Amino acid sequence: MAQRPAARLTVNGQSHEISGDPRRSLLDVLRLDLGLTGTKKGCDHGQCGACTVIVNGRRINSCLTLAVMHDGDEVTTIEGLGQPDALSALQAAFVAHDGFQCGYCTPGQICSATAMIEEIRAGWPSAATADPADKPAIADAEIRERMSGNLCRCGAYDNILAAIRDAMDAEAAQ
Amino acid sequence: MKAFDYTRADDLSQAVGSPAMLIAGGTNLLDLMKLEVATPDALLDINRIGLRDIAREGAGLRIGALVSNSDCAAHPRIRADWPLLSRAILAGASPQLRNKATMGGNLCQRTRCGYFMDGHSPCNKREPGTGCAAQGGVNRNHAILGASDACIATYPGDMAVALSALRATVETEGPDGVREIAMRDFHRLPKDDPSRDNVLKPGEVITAIRLPAPFGGRQLYRKVRDRASYAFALVSVAAAIRMDAGRIDAAQLAFGSIAHKPWTDERVEKMLVGERPSAALFDKAADLLLEDAQGQGDNDFKILLTRRTLAAALAEATGE
Ligand SMILES: Cc1cc2nc3c(=O)[nH]c(=O)nc-3n(C[C@H](O)[C@H](O)[C@H](O)COP(=O)(O)OP(=O)(O)OC[C@H]3O[C@@H](n4cnc5c(N)ncnc54)[C@H](O)[C@@H]3O)c2cc1C
Ligand code: SF4
Ligand code: FES
Ligand code: FES
Repeated sequence: MAQRPAARLTVNGQSHEISGDPRRSLLDVLRLDLGLTGTKKGCDHGQCGACTVIVNGRRINSCLTLAVMHDGDEVTTIEGLGQPDALSALQAAFVAHDGFQCGYCTPGQICSATAMIEEIRAGWPSAATADPADKPAIADAEIRERMSGNLCRCGAYDNILAAIRDAMDAEAAQ
Repeated sequence: MKAFDYTRADDLSQAVGSPAMLIAGGTNLLDLMKLEVATPDALLDINRIGLRDIAREGAGLRIGALVSNSDCAAHPRIRADWPLLSRAILAGASPQLRNKATMGGNLCQRTRCGYFMDGHSPCNKREPGTGCAAQGGVNRNHAILGASDACIATYPGDMAVALSALRATVETEGPDGVREIAMRDFHRLPKDDPSRDNVLKPGEVITAIRLPAPFGGRQLYRKVRDRASYAFALVSVAAAIRMDAGRIDAAQLAFGSIAHKPWTDERVEKMLVGERPSAALFDKAADLLLEDAQGQGDNDFKILLTRRTLAAALAEATGE
């Protein structure tokens, strides 16, 4: 027979056992059970990207997945990317470029951008890539399209783009 | 969300014939469960049963049902030889959603009809026999072809439109065994039973999608929507065209978000063959395609939009 639930997942390097009501989303478990309130709930329906976290290296919407489905998975939230005294390059770039106003969408933007940079590095195409067979370029149109899963109601898009572009250019220059 | 039992399947045999609702990426099912439009008593998680390979099969390709939409779109062979499939996937949802969404789940995504999703309006799809609030209601994203008195909803997905143009097939395993269904026959028209979106039988599991040998030619997916990204199509056209000495040698077409299924019309594909591309030809193709088209009020604009999107897609794909 198929096995009954309970799941052990690693969040920002720490192992946690999840049991109980299987209805809880990964987002609710992160925020309510584990106290990791950096990850935000915007729409709770996959429409805004505020809840974006990185699972096994890939960005996903934590509102549209059950925590119990993540047995054995490695989850990284905004808290795991960097802390105030040790910001990740992208976090620092968002500060330098004012890549936010209210800041509500920011953890999702930064988690999303962190994984997006890896996707470009892996050569994944996007709808902005002229021919899907081509290696994608580091270009504003590519970044805008690839970040379209993260809405910002304050409309800080230009500065978000500048921050991401800066972090990518700095990395490319190294 | 209503309470449910959750179990994890270890292999395909536990999923085949299971009375539980299958959950793969969860990006459509959990959305509908939160809205209490879907209220399963039991969920069976199929994420650990394998079916994650993309493998060569003769001149074609077999894509496992649990391959993520992202992995499919980024696969080197698919990008090179079936670019229409990559393009259609990349035109849909968001990168985060595509990372979770699976091939099987994508095919089974449900309509975005607002009355279906609100959980309480009369809706023959959600609750057979209650009526159809979309008729005479807000029906901007509804069907212009193949609708019935019972339901005027559209199938909203992009990927299946490309797969229909490419003449892919869907492999399933059910209590009665394995079968292969043409993509073009997988989704159904609403007729008098809109509760069924497709021809899957109870307990039947999608195991793979098969692509035939590469078609070649020019392949494109033109999607028209209210914003440039992260929105469902109002109308979409998947086109694969091969040219020979200035004439159309072969054409494979499918249309999204205008019917209860990815719409195909072999008459249109055939009439283009042997012809020189021209605005007049594209107009004739649209006349035939839209012969029986009927607006519902709010969506009347889709008839003209389909005509123009087809003309633009054909112009681009034939190099006119
Ligand atoms: C905000 C938002 C925007 C979106 N925009 C688009 C868009 O622009 N274009 C587009 O095409 N899609 C779009 N989508 C839909 C998205 O593509 C689907 O949610 C996704 O593809 C579903 O796949 P899944 O694996 O998550 O399915 P699940 O949610 O896990 O399952 C969906 C259904 O499929 C069934 N199922 C799953 N796997 C199998 C199987 N192997 N055999 C039999 N049945 C199975 C399940 O039982 C369930 O009924 C959007 C979704 C959201 C939330
Ligand atoms: S169009 Fe179909 S899905 Fe929408 S309300 Fe009518 S019956 Fe329901
Ligand atoms: S809260 Fe998850 S996408 Fe909006
Ligand atoms: S900074 Fe306010 S929503 Fe983006």
